[in-house]
Amino acid sequence: MGTGKPKADLLPGTLDMLVLKVLLRGHLHGYAIAQLIQQLSDDLLRVEEGSLYPALQRLELNGWIEGEWGLSANNRRARFYKLTPDGRKHLAAESARYRQVTGAVARIMGFA
Amino acid sequence: MRAGLPWKRFRRQFRYWLDRSERQRLLSEEMEFHIASMIDELAAQGMSEKDARAAAHRRFGNMTQRSEESRSTWIARWMSDLTQDLRHAFRGMRRDVGFAAFTILIAGLGIGASSTVFSVVNAMLLRPLPFRDPGRLIWISNGNDSTSTQAEHYTDLRALNRSFSDLAGWFGYYRVGDKELTGIGEPERLTSVPVTGNFFAVLGVQPAIGRSFTTEECQGKYSAPPAMLLSHSFWRRRFDSDPSVVGRKLTLDNRPVTVVGVLPASFDFGSVFAPGTLVDIFVPWPLTDKTKPQGNTMTIVGRLQAGATVPGARAEFTMLGKQLTSQYPERNPIAPRLVPLAQRVSGGVRPALFVLACAVGVVMLIVCANLSNLQLARLGARQKEMALRAALGAGRSRLLRQVLTETVALSCLGAVLGLVLAVAGTRGLAHLQAFNLPLLESVRIDGRALLFTLLAAVACGVLFGLLPALRVAALSLHEGLQDASRGSSAGKRHAWVRDGLVVSEIAFACILLVGAGLLIRSFLRVLDVNLGFQPERAAALRIDPSFRIASLAQQNSFIDDALNRARSVPGIMAAGITDILPLGGDRSWQVSAVGQVYGKSHPPPEPAIRVVSDGYFAAAGIPLRLGRWFTDRDRASSDRVVVVNETLARTLWPGRNPVGQGITQDGGRRVIGVVGDVRHEALETAGGPEMYLPMRQTGDYSAMELVVRTALPPDSLAAGIRAALRPIDPNLPVREFVTLQDLVDRAVSPRRFLVLLLAGFAAFALILASLGIYAVISFSVTQRVQEIGIRMALGASAADLQLRILLRTLGLAALGLALGMAGSRVLSSALGSLLFGITSGDPVTFIEVGTLLIAVAAIAGYVPAWKASRIDPMVALRSN
Repeated sequence: MGTGKPKADLLPGTLDMLVLKVLLRGHLHGYAIAQLIQQLSDDLLRVEEGSLYPALQRLELNGWIEGEWGLSANNRRARFYKLTPDGRKHLAAESARYRQVTGAVARIMGFA
Repeated sequence: MRAGLPWKRFRRQFRYWLDRSERQRLLSEEMEFHIASMIDELAAQGMSEKDARAAAHRRFGNMTQRSEESRSTWIARWMSDLTQDLRHAFRGMRRDVGFAAFTILIAGLGIGASSTVFSVVNAMLLRPLPFRDPGRLIWISNGNDSTSTQAEHYTDLRALNRSFSDLAGWFGYYRVGDKELTGIGEPERLTSVPVTGNFFAVLGVQPAIGRSFTTEECQGKYSAPPAMLLSHSFWRRRFDSDPSVVGRKLTLDNRPVTVVGVLPASFDFGSVFAPGTLVDIFVPWPLTDKTKPQGNTMTIVGRLQAGATVPGARAEFTMLGKQLTSQYPERNPIAPRLVPLAQRVSGGVRPALFVLACAVGVVMLIVCANLSNLQLARLGARQKEMALRAALGAGRSRLLRQVLTETVALSCLGAVLGLVLAVAGTRGLAHLQAFNLPLLESVRIDGRALLFTLLAAVACGVLFGLLPALRVAALSLHEGLQDASRGSSAGKRHAWVRDGLVVSEIAFACILLVGAGLLIRSFLRVLDVNLGFQPERAAALRIDPSFRIASLAQQNSFIDDALNRARSVPGIMAAGITDILPLGGDRSWQVSAVGQVYGKSHPPPEPAIRVVSDGYFAAAGIPLRLGRWFTDRDRASSDRVVVVNETLARTLWPGRNPVGQGITQDGGRRVIGVVGDVRHEALETAGGPEMYLPMRQTGDYSAMELVVRTALPPDSLAAGIRAALRPIDPNLPVREFVTLQDLVDRAVSPRRFLVLLLAGFAAFALILASLGIYAVISFSVTQRVQEIGIRMALGASAADLQLRILLRTLGLAALGLALGMAGSRVLSSALGSLLFGITSGDPVTFIEVGTLLIAVAAIAGYVPAWKASRIDPMVALRSN
């Protein structure tokens, strides 16, 4: 159904995983999530806004994150997201799966 | 972890969808915050406020698109499109009410007809019989379909077989009004079926109130049953559904009989086993009783044991039949024939239902072609709108979907109308009690029929929307705007499609008309058949005395008395008594001529037996060919005589005068007369051999039907006859006064049912086809107003123009007719068994249908031609 596909520079489903991972640090709004992913990847991964918001809607629909309204650092109304217990479980499963896949790819490519 | 996730997700999705406008607002707010944060950051990096704002917006991109993308996670895109399209569709319908109403009406009529026919097929073929596990019930007849079995054989078969968990039976020769109910209010003749004690258990039918028969109750005397069960309809009619009637004693044939139970409404013996008959009560049939009816009188059903198969059971019963026949030479021979009960019940109506289903399918095709044509014409007018939409960015698939949404919405509205019609139609059909069609009473709109209606509506909408939708999708922007600019040639391809639709409509209508025509002509042939008796102004009434007849003398004085009194009623021209009315029974014996030797290769004929009094032949209108009729002097003391029909006379004494010859049966009888053959089984089949015994010389009959021939309409004499007969039997009920014409009507009712429905469909198809022709021709006329104007300005006469248009119409009609005729020629052979007296290629029918179609096409084309010839050239040229 959704038309918001992750950009081609990320493996499918990776954005969701990254968002969940970042949210382990606490309640964050959309802008902060994008910023954090960019910083943590040393500016290598830039999250397109066009992908971020559909991803957030999707994650919320699946019950992995929950959004609630609050005030940002400079006193603007913003929507903060937090991880749900289901989201934690999903993150664990996804990381394991991702490790397997990347490990396999690395072995084929002779990186390991 | 994933358990229950899809469901939770779906619930959340639904919730989001419910407060979608609020979520939409919040999403925008969230995105605005995002942009504001970006601006803050850029400004912090030293950009001017204005530049920062521009840069942020550039980076974020089209916010509407972003929000649409995000939103699509909770509202499926197609859903929002669908609501939009539907809104459009309804707006369009409001704008063009006439078109919408017409479409809904036509689709509604088509869908209504389809749902009604489906409900009939559903009730008769698809729905399981109203018994427990009906798939395991098997009908066991003897020799051929209609012959029943001797009760002694039943007992042995039941004991010996291993295939069935149990066998049950009922007395196959029960008659309408066998028992007389007296003592409570109006006396009434009841239709009673004697059944074996386990009958209801084998079918798996539980009495709604009370219980079934006990073993003890099944050991009484056949003629005096101690207990009875009431059918639900009789209980409701006669006792107002009063449950306290169970346990009471009622007077049946002057004997007390206890009501032990009431059967459930779902169990309708008549509609399953004897269509068109209402059974009132059931009585036990004791198999130990010496007075039980002799001969082949039992109809058997069995319940297959778990694991047993029909072929296995068949093999076992063939063997048992041979064994029993050789073991008991004194009994009637038995050759069991096993057929699944459902097949036996509705197998006979299968060909007719197949024809009906095909016919209604063809009607639906015509409906779709017609509506498709209309839609195409309307799209022509809407080309600009569509082109504009395409110009504003609607994709091809989006336009296609929009057209289909519109047509399906229209067709679904039609289905609502159709459902109303189908409910009315099925109610009407279910109450056709005089029609002897199995399970007709259970025809109704159920869940399955609703589902069918929905599917039919969607299929119809898609089918009639498909061509217009493809047309729209193929319409390029360029072509659309150009085409709409001037009413010149609206695209040759377009016209070709519409002509093709009209031709196919005519072809389909032709097929239906030929089918209906063949069946109508068959029906008329059947009605025209020489019945051998004259049903007009003849009526019958059961007059069996309520006292028990002890001797032939007593019986004969009753007959004398009854006939004298009946004949004295003014308006009665003839009166006689018979035991079996025409078209009403199949009792038969083997009969051999004196001095003839018969063997296995040359068996004696087996004529139908009728026991009649003097005056019967005149009353029923059966003509005398040779010798004399019975008189009131053919009594117990006089010479034993018999009357035969022409077929029996020819069979027994070929080439010789039958009068004066003797037969060996029934103590030896002498032939005194020969009468004409009577069609006593069905109108379609010749009667075969028949033999009439004088009622005054025998007690071997089970009913007395008084038949009268009247100078006035029979109904007006019912009261007079009743008054005349009251002195000899004060309890004589007169409600069951039945005219012989009623019997004939009942016998042809399945055929009438089919003909009525099919003729209705054909008429509908003809109307649709003529509308289709009219629409296409008048459309082409309006499209060519200018051309016509120029032609007229250049001197073309009105007659010239009319001829041109008319020729075009007839060209289309002729093409459709040729295709339809060819199709009919192939398909009509499928009618096979339903035809009577004509062949499937009956030239009269084909010629009549062809003439009718051409005439209708000419009229449908003449109206627009006439209008065109009245176009004022000046006005036509100035327009546009």
